Amino acid sequence: MKQKQHGFWDDVKKYRSLLLMLVPAVLFFLLFAYIPMSGIILAFKQYDYTGGVFGSPWNGWDNFKFFFNSGDAWRVTRNTALYNIAFIVVNNVVQIFAAILLFEVAGKWFRKITQTVLFLPYFISWVVVGAIAYNLFNFDVGTINVLLKGLGMQPVDIYNTAAYWPVILVVVSAWKTLGYGTIMYLAAITSIDTEMYEAAEIDGANIFQRIMKITVPNLMPTVIILVLLAIGNVFRGDFGMFYNMVGNNGLLFSSTDVIDTFVFRSLTTSNEIGMSAAAGFYQSLLGFVTIMLANYAVRKYDKDRALF
Amino acid sequence: MSSTTASINSPDVNRKRGNRDKLLLAVIGYVTLTVLAIFCIFPFILIVSSSLSEESAIIEKGFQLIPSSFSTEAYSLLFKYPADMLRAYGVTISVTAIGTLFGLFLTSMTAYVLSRRDFKWRGRFSFFFFFTTLFSGGLVPWYLMIVNYLHLKDTLLVLILPLLMNVFYIIVMKSFMSSIPDAITESAKIDGAGDFRIFMQLIVPLSKPALATIGLFIALAYWNDWYNALLFISKSELMPLQYYLYKMLGNMDGMRKAMMASGAVVNTDLPTESLKMAMTIVATGPILLAYPFIQKYFVTGLTIGAVKG
Repeated sequence: MKQKQHGFWDDVKKYRSLLLMLVPAVLFFLLFAYIPMSGIILAFKQYDYTGGVFGSPWNGWDNFKFFFNSGDAWRVTRNTALYNIAFIVVNNVVQIFAAILLFEVAGKWFRKITQTVLFLPYFISWVVVGAIAYNLFNFDVGTINVLLKGLGMQPVDIYNTAAYWPVILVVVSAWKTLGYGTIMYLAAITSIDTEMYEAAEIDGANIFQRIMKITVPNLMPTVIILVLLAIGNVFRGDFGMFYNMVGNNGLLFSSTDVIDTFVFRSLTTSNEIGMSAAAGFYQSLLGFVTIMLANYAVRKYDKDRALF
Repeated sequence: MSSTTASINSPDVNRKRGNRDKLLLAVIGYVTLTVLAIFCIFPFILIVSSSLSEESAIIEKGFQLIPSSFSTEAYSLLFKYPADMLRAYGVTISVTAIGTLFGLFLTSMTAYVLSRRDFKWRGRFSFFFFFTTLFSGGLVPWYLMIVNYLHLKDTLLVLILPLLMNVFYIIVMKSFMSSIPDAITESAKIDGAGDFRIFMQLIVPLSKPALATIGLFIALAYWNDWYNALLFISKSELMPLQYYLYKMLGNMDGMRKAMMASGAVVNTDLPTESLKMAMTIVATGPILLAYPFIQKYFVTGLTIGAVKG
């Protein structure tokens, strides 16, 4: 009986001010996330401007067939996954390495200056990174070719050679995220119990043994969580990075085209609304599955760190 | 190598070996960190020196670390007819100010409600927000929503709205506010304060560190945004700074025409390469100048985030 008196509308009344405070956020996510989700039906439609999202005729799996038969599907999926895996491995290794060194050796002023400098690339836009890349890699006036010519070697045509780009993009990603990740790991190292180090020192462990036997193992939980969470995003390309570094340079697509740039291009330049939506839907599904798998793994590893 | 041999050794030998190891590590550490630091700052030095090079020297010898002939022509050209650049600055500054203010307010208000343990539906609403990071309609439906249904194309709002709220910031803010003792909210309620008043007068002042960090993240996202402009802005008077730079880097012919129209150059002898670099510096300037000061807030914020998980 009591339960009935305390119904849904009583709760609404009780929490009305809290609910009111949520209205803007709910509205925001409805407009920019939930309602667009219904637009995935576009993936199954032959889009025309007069009909719009809901009035256009259905065309079944044609958009998907078109996408998968174009030969682009495999290429962009492979590129997206491989780049992200390379970013995860390289970025984390460099960041952990830098964090350990900063913690172990650096004097106060040296640490401060280094940390500030390492963080610098994080603050600039991808457009500026694109300008930096131009400065370095341009065939005629780029710094790298100036250097090569100075050494009496042949200049390299970086913007027209697909093979260089996997290396370049991995280095740029490491460069831009170095400061951010280093600070995360530095925070984790700082929270390691100092008594462990003291005990190890009394036992006669040298500084390298202490790093390998105490710092690294104690960092592993943080590393594993961050890596698992990153794996959940393995099918999401960093559009800003790829687009500003490479742009619409068709010569490089074999090694630089990711799902995000492909979807963008099909939407804006070739106006393939239906296929673009199909590719986007495919990416969302892949992403959803990997996030679920990664979260399952995090849950197995440490229940408290799981997303849900 | 093994700890058994080390413990057999006399403390004296141990100390000596310890000092040698420390020295070795210090050498490795200082060298590696210095190399990494140079690696991070080198491109910026390159851009600065290229922007200060004479155009003919760049054409002849390319971009160099130390300019072989010094010239401020690119900058004086930029500042001679600064109208477009200043307009882009104006757009970016207003978008960043408005977006950060509203974004921070809405993020913290939402986070506060979700942090209230006595709120019956906090789990459900948390999932409602969180789910958007798991699954999305993709670029196309989002684009069509903004252009065809909300009619935001070529408005200032389209630069503000999409970046206004971010689930990650709401979660970070929520976990910070969860550490504020419930007793504060409880006692204020007994005194008769409403939820909104509790939030504004008690929770906001207590959340200053989190507000500063998240505010900086939001501001940085607005300042560096060019993507929404790329998708939705075609009017030149609404171009934000980063998109203006993007346009100019890719389209020096357009720049030449614009400068000829405004009377800045008469013919084609525009210092293209040094001008590109000078524009990059001018567009990055405020961030480069401000970041050593705001960096420490990021560090504190990230540290809080990392420890809390």
